[in-house]
Amino acid sequence: MDSRFDVELIETTKRYGATTAVDAISLRIPRASYCCLLGPSGCGKTTTLRMIAGHEAVTEGDVLIQGRNVSDLPPIERGTAMMFQSYALFPHLNCLDNVAFSLKMRGVKKAERHAKAREYLALVHMQDYAMRLPSQLSGGQQQRVALARSLITRPKVLLLDEPLSALDPFLRIKVREELKRLQRELGITFIHVTHSQDEAMAMADLMVVMEDGHIRQFGPPREVFERPVSPFIARFIGGHNVLPGANGKIAVRADRCRLGVPGGDPFVSGRVTAVEYQGTMVRVALATDPGDEASALVPDGDFYARPVEPGDPATLTWSDHDAHALMQA
Amino acid sequence: MRRPWTFYALGTLFVAYMVFLYGPMAVIYVLSFQGENGGVTFPMTGFSLVWFADVFKPGQMANVPDSFGRSMALSAIISILTTVFAVAAGLAFRRRFPGSGAVFYLAVASLVMPSLLVGFGIGLGFQLLGWKPGLFSSTLGAQLTWTLPFGLLAMFAVVNRFNRSWEEAATDLGANSWQRLRHVTLPILLPGIIGVAMGAFTLSYDEYARTTLTIGPKNTLPLEIYALISSATSPMLFAIGTLTTTLSFLIIGITVTWVLRLQRRRAAATLKAG
Repeated sequence: MDSRFDVELIETTKRYGATTAVDAISLRIPRASYCCLLGPSGCGKTTTLRMIAGHEAVTEGDVLIQGRNVSDLPPIERGTAMMFQSYALFPHLNCLDNVAFSLKMRGVKKAERHAKAREYLALVHMQDYAMRLPSQLSGGQQQRVALARSLITRPKVLLLDEPLSALDPFLRIKVREELKRLQRELGITFIHVTHSQDEAMAMADLMVVMEDGHIRQFGPPREVFERPVSPFIARFIGGHNVLPGANGKIAVRADRCRLGVPGGDPFVSGRVTAVEYQGTMVRVALATDPGDEASALVPDGDFYARPVEPGDPATLTWSDHDAHALMQA
Repeated sequence: MRRPWTFYALGTLFVAYMVFLYGPMAVIYVLSFQGENGGVTFPMTGFSLVWFADVFKPGQMANVPDSFGRSMALSAIISILTTVFAVAAGLAFRRRFPGSGAVFYLAVASLVMPSLLVGFGIGLGFQLLGWKPGLFSSTLGAQLTWTLPFGLLAMFAVVNRFNRSWEEAATDLGANSWQRLRHVTLPILLPGIIGVAMGAFTLSYDEYARTTLTIGPKNTLPLEIYALISSATSPMLFAIGTLTTTLSFLIIGITVTWVLRLQRRRAAATLKAG
């Protein structure tokens, strides 16, 4: 059966006793997308991933992979492969045997499965490390081997549980590019769970923001960033000020805010609480008089033309067309 | 740098402890080479190996070689049974099944039961039912009441360090539950499992209280030695001590060499690739 979607969740629910981890979420992930499940810890994103993988039984609702209901199938029959957060490489097997593991389980002969495993190690540039044990590899190298081990099953959907969290910041950006490149080349869907909005915005075609077992907003990252629907989203994806407006709360991007004087534009006054130099920009944090926290990202030139210090009174202004109303939540 | 007085105080305490621990054993090893006409105390009247030769001669009072053989056979069976059950139970207890707490406490309760009472109860039970007590029936059972809970507790420590996601990864890669056990769970747990087997073996090998009350007509080595001590004393007892210690160190040495060779083979595989 063919379908325009690689993964569909239909009212998918996970309950543990009385607590509901994932509450009737519905989601469609188009063919060959890079989808990021984003949210604070405990929001249900990992549980959702594990339900798609088949490592967690669905309490109610369904999981479809390319139009086929896989809710009751074991992982291997779903056409998914999962890369675990700690990579879960088998410590007693060398890289080659780790990658060849799934072929061995299917009874593929040794020479054949080793040849295939070498191919996949080469795909992630790890062919020179075939005989190493996982404990003899760095975190980044372990991740590549884990990736090869997942991809050798030729999955329709690759599931990645916080794949970058164990890496140092420089490596993280490199691996980000590489995952994206692999996804494009293989033409399959990647679902990537993360709690970092930077990561999600940098990588996702489809960004799904979760909170409390619900999907709060989804769409292309730019759409989510330009139009966060609720104060939660605006605060979670960062770079926004959530301020009281004429009809409920509004969101304004911090980089569209200026430090100025009360005038024709909307404004709020307060006091500077912190100044952070960030290179091209300077972030000025304020406590507003109505009691909100806000910040302005000011270009460094502008800032040093009229510098402020913590404790100084300041007025935050913005243009009306940069503000947009938020759903109350 | 000057060391504080506590260093010397604690150092002295430690040395005293080591002397207390190993001193008597050293005396036994030395005295086992007592001269032919010597006794069980110093002075040495010479140097000889006659007491070792004595050990291997079936005597009137005791037959050391035969009882040693029986002890080894019994301990080997105990070790295998304990390992099989402890591994299975250790893996099962990872899941909090209903009543798991009660089952666990029932299983380990026999660790705190007075050993003489357990042995006595089993012996009495056999008598009551008209069964003949024997090495591989009543003694085997009595020793298992001691080694099984020990094995289970040891397995808990082993299983605790096991990362569940290894098993999930195996399932994800298409292993069925048997393949998962065979190719992932057991190989990763193997060093711990060897430890449990060795532990059960030694517990069984020098068990006395439970064994003495459930034994049939044929003794294990500890019972035989005890019979020797209470009847006749000669440096031959010391020779037995020296021999069993040597044997223990041999077994430990072989096991360690085995594990090291396993590691080295993996390292060698690495070098070839490097």
